[in-house]
Amino acid sequence: MSLESLISPLYEMVLLSTPIIFATIGEIYAERSGILNLGIEGIMSLGAAIAFVVTYVTGNIALGILAALIAGGLLALIHAFISITFNANQVISGLALAMLGLGLSSFIGENYVGLRLELLLQPIKIPLLSSIPLIGPVFFNQDILVYTAYILTVVLWFLLYKTKWGLYIRAVGENPYAADSMGINIYAVRYLCTVFGGILAGLGGAYITVAYMHTWREGITMGKGWVAVALVIFAFWDPLKGFLASLFFGGIEVAAIELYSLYGLNTHLTNMIPYAAIIVVMIFSASEIMKKRIGAPASLGKPFIREKRR
Amino acid sequence: MELPSSMSKIKMKIEKREEVSLEFDILLTFISICIALLVVAVIFLSFRINVFSAFEQIFISFLDVDIITVRMIPLLLCSIGLVIVFKANVWNIGAEGQLLIGAVAAAWVALFLMPNAPSYILIPCMFILGFLFAGIWALLPAVLRAYFDINEIITTLMMNYIAYFLVAYLASGPWIGKTVWGFKQTDLIPSQARLPQIKGTLIHYPTLLIAIVAAVLIYILLQYTKFGFEIRVYGSNPEAAKYAGINEAKVILLTMFISGGLAGIAGVGELAGLRYRLTANPKGLSADYGFTAVIVACLARFNPIAAILVSYLMGGIIVAGYALQVSLGISRGVINIFNGLILLSLISAEILKHYKVSFKVVKSK
Repeated sequence: MSLESLISPLYEMVLLSTPIIFATIGEIYAERSGILNLGIEGIMSLGAAIAFVVTYVTGNIALGILAALIAGGLLALIHAFISITFNANQVISGLALAMLGLGLSSFIGENYVGLRLELLLQPIKIPLLSSIPLIGPVFFNQDILVYTAYILTVVLWFLLYKTKWGLYIRAVGENPYAADSMGINIYAVRYLCTVFGGILAGLGGAYITVAYMHTWREGITMGKGWVAVALVIFAFWDPLKGFLASLFFGGIEVAAIELYSLYGLNTHLTNMIPYAAIIVVMIFSASEIMKKRIGAPASLGKPFIREKRR
Repeated sequence: MELPSSMSKIKMKIEKREEVSLEFDILLTFISICIALLVVAVIFLSFRINVFSAFEQIFISFLDVDIITVRMIPLLLCSIGLVIVFKANVWNIGAEGQLLIGAVAAAWVALFLMPNAPSYILIPCMFILGFLFAGIWALLPAVLRAYFDINEIITTLMMNYIAYFLVAYLASGPWIGKTVWGFKQTDLIPSQARLPQIKGTLIHYPTLLIAIVAAVLIYILLQYTKFGFEIRVYGSNPEAAKYAGINEAKVILLTMFISGGLAGIAGVGELAGLRYRLTANPKGLSADYGFTAVIVACLARFNPIAAILVSYLMGGIIVAGYALQVSLGISRGVINIFNGLILLSLISAEILKHYKVSFKVVKSK
């Protein structure tokens, strides 16, 4: 197999991973602060629908993406309010949010099903980097949102591990009572991280419709939001690993498509592969977590109630 | 006019509340539904949909007793299964897929295993195998949770997708019918495999009876048996359960098996009582019942008897959603919006259960 024949599937892999990268690194921030947001699937779906509708109506992709960011942030704000201010069960709140987002997206996108957008985001060649064999055409001949994903990953990794702010976030997720006595505002950190995660999930959803599929239909996210929640665990709550995990998942999706187109396997059978792969990945992460004794942020999913401080 | 707020202050007082009565629970549920209706009305208004004709349509739909009962059957079966796992604090979100596996089992029995058997053998066989197949399907995430501490929410969700594609594969590949004129679906199941319906309606009453009996049995299991006690202790405090010698794996595996099995029975009912065949579009059969059942279980406060009432109510909401689509062209997404909103307002209202909020106007100088 020549290098050239690898370029096209690997290029596709980057495209397919990009929405998941956004959702995963966003959810990593929410979970690092202690808030489990299971509503990502709904947020992505809403982002996908709103970005498509606004872009289609206005013809301006920037407006479409902006609308998706706002919608994602607002939806996550509901989850933040209910789970941080009301201390409610985060699992139920997240599931409800997923339903709400999926419902809103099919409601909003109803009259736009099957319409098509033209290619609005042209690939941009990065000088020098794009001339590296294989890596260049695969990673550095992409649209601006893919580059945004690269940059965000690095920035968010740096922020989380190398700055005071990152330390605060991690402290809030590990032991909010200790963080509280250090004078960190638990509520502010959790609100910010959850809403930020929602904004990124909205962006991920927007990428699916305006940059990749160029169309909208119900269920277009195909469970990518749930996949992101699983990949957060696989990435051990690290944005850099989250990026790689998303690429890996995109690779599996491409491999499934190739199996179908090259070997004529039944498309429904190959469609199962990515979801089965997530279960395998979960088993793998569980054994790693047991071996290395690294795990979820200790206060993940637990409400912070100041009067309970010990 | 001078505002009193400049002179006096409204003081909010929050106290801990100890006991919560049943009436209070019902009141909270009612308030949540009202809030959800209100928000939906606002959404309708902002999309220039005539709110009055929409609500009129919703009201009319609720008079459609027999269609609502048809919708209620799978909801009740799935939700009482979810009640038992949720009580154990195990989050099975895979009822949708488990329902489909039950339908696959029923189709297999009726089309391939014993298509010529008489009804009194065929129908019990479908129910038993539907329960077993779906129960075993639910055991995989249960084993992963019990022995490897793997999040069951994600695995059950992923298995929903696998079940969807499995049905689509079977209906368009190995099980494709001989008399379907190129449609991607199986043949109809033979007439002796079809469940009897109440005359003039689509209510397949054997499934309804099973569902109601199962609801009562689950109630007894949870309230009056040692295993039910173990489920409740493990669900509310897994640490304490460990010290009390409760077998964690047994609770997780058994509750998941029962939960999956009941969803499987719902699938058998949908296939043998209503649809009579599998198609390459499994959503048509499962119709989000598995997800809607999560709401039923929560609204019923994890009480299987209350689930009978609530699943009827949710059945009504589904029927209303379809009616809105047909008569006013409103997207069926509105059902999901409504469901999400009820659940969100319900858990927000839970805070009122634990705290008593009172307002007092305090005059300041």
